[in-house]
Amino acid sequence: MLRYVTRRLISLGLSLLVASALIFAVVELVPGDPASFMLGTGAQPETVAALREQLGLDLPLPLRYLHWLGGVVTGDMGHSFTYKTPVAGMILDRMQVSLPLALLALVLAVAVALPIGMFAAARRGRAAETAVMGATQIGIALPNFWFAMLLVLVFAVNLRLLPAGGFPGWSHPGAALKSLILPAVALALPQAAILARVLRSALVETLGQDYIRTARAKGLTAGQALSRHALRNALIPVLTILGMQFSFLLAGAIIIENVFYLPGLGRLIFQAITQRDLIVVQGAVLVLVAAVILVTFLVDLSYALVDPRLRR
Amino acid sequence: MRWSLIFGGTLAGLALAAALLSFVWTPGDVTQIAIAQKLQPPSAAHWLGTDHFGRDMLAMIMVGARTSIAVALVAVGIGMGFGVPLGLLAAARAGGWIDEVVMRGNDLVFAFPSLVIAILITAALGPSALNAIIAIGIFNIPVFARVTRGAALPIWTLDYIRAAQVAGKGRARISTQHILPNIANLLIVQATIQFSLGILAEAGLSYVGLGAQPPTPSWGRMLAEAQTMISLAPHVAIVPGLAIVLTVLGLNLLGDGLRDALDPRLRRTAP
Repeated sequence: MLRYVTRRLISLGLSLLVASALIFAVVELVPGDPASFMLGTGAQPETVAALREQLGLDLPLPLRYLHWLGGVVTGDMGHSFTYKTPVAGMILDRMQVSLPLALLALVLAVAVALPIGMFAAARRGRAAETAVMGATQIGIALPNFWFAMLLVLVFAVNLRLLPAGGFPGWSHPGAALKSLILPAVALALPQAAILARVLRSALVETLGQDYIRTARAKGLTAGQALSRHALRNALIPVLTILGMQFSFLLAGAIIIENVFYLPGLGRLIFQAITQRDLIVVQGAVLVLVAAVILVTFLVDLSYALVDPRLRR
Repeated sequence: MRWSLIFGGTLAGLALAAALLSFVWTPGDVTQIAIAQKLQPPSAAHWLGTDHFGRDMLAMIMVGARTSIAVALVAVGIGMGFGVPLGLLAAARAGGWIDEVVMRGNDLVFAFPSLVIAILITAALGPSALNAIIAIGIFNIPVFARVTRGAALPIWTLDYIRAAQVAGKGRARISTQHILPNIANLLIVQATIQFSLGILAEAGLSYVGLGAQPPTPSWGRMLAEAQTMISLAPHVAIVPGLAIVLTVLGLNLLGDGLRDALDPRLRRTAP
């Protein structure tokens, strides 16, 4: 187990390093000089040059990368060109929206997918399964931002039950949670459809195994065999998808955050790109990618917990 | 014949037919503004109603289908064009350094949140349909590389491949003459899936203003423009959304149906 973890840790470190270099390189490709952008079109060339020097933009590319990376490692991601505030602080602020949103959506997706997937697997070959699987096909085909618009139309505009957008901050926990419900549902439903299908197919696979027949022969009901034996063995593909989905929910919320005007990480990246606030883009994208790599690492470790054969 | 193949094929075929028909005929001019006719609900004159500029929604949907299909199709082409050779190469040299580089490169691309990077790429290159294609296409490459490698690996261990090797065929020739035809079915199914994902991604990008630019109609931008009018005239938001859902649903069902038709072994457990 220790060797497995060490090997995965080395690979984790390498992935993070390469990812940081790639992000830095891609962001450098974004056209437009941040210094000229900050000073406006009427600025004197000398002023622009002075600001470039102050921001460190006149240094050669590899040196700037090392400076940036050194800062990131010590928790200093530099200062936003636009707002003059520390990037790390801005990201932390935005995470207070994005992280709860992603978690809420993930919990919702699992809560919806688990019973649906189990139901479809238990009823395989019958009309009920066809109906449920047909419904999940529609769920997968839904663009989440369109679904979000429909939710707003029904629950915010017509029924006036939930806010149509905005975020009041966690100093009002009730209102804050309320404003995350519609975005979380919009994010969760298409993901739940995918998860339910994966769970069903994994369950159908394990239900055909000999040990399930043994369990049934011992006198367990079909439902008991499903929940006690098949579910645990069907978890590996489900965990894989779940790991990928968490990353997707954290990063993929970028459009949903725009629909609901939520001050999350995705919206921060989007705004920073349009304002040429490159240092914010670099920091925020790095945090997202690091989160994805970290979640993948944790999922890999959890395989080893679920299936001891993989520890070698 | 499975119903998913027929139903999916019909839906996807309808979208394609609408796009093709729009080159020769549309029920109205999509570049002609007629404010007096704006936001009309569906009627005999305008089957799907009109938008905020008074343009016929059916015409907009038909021309928008062109954009969606073209972007997704070329993005799949990029993914297959680069991904399949990479996957074949990795499988032919399984365990070697080429395999390692291709697979680790794949892992890395998968770690990047695709939408965020697509937004970054379109922001770097400027918003346009072409750049949306590039942004979506790049993320198709590792998908096809992985599927190709995974499907090719077990075939390399089969007797007839050994026979071909004994007969003196090189790895490249075996890959193109024997491996590729044997995994073509799987690649067709994957292409259908990536095609539908491409349509969703294009809609997302043009929704945030980074896809096809006005006056070229696109389903995603129609939704973005409809957002503020949704309570006044719900049809302007519902029609483009339904077009996306039905096309993506059709492609997904078509993919399922093709998989079942091409590989009966997968029928029982497919997700």
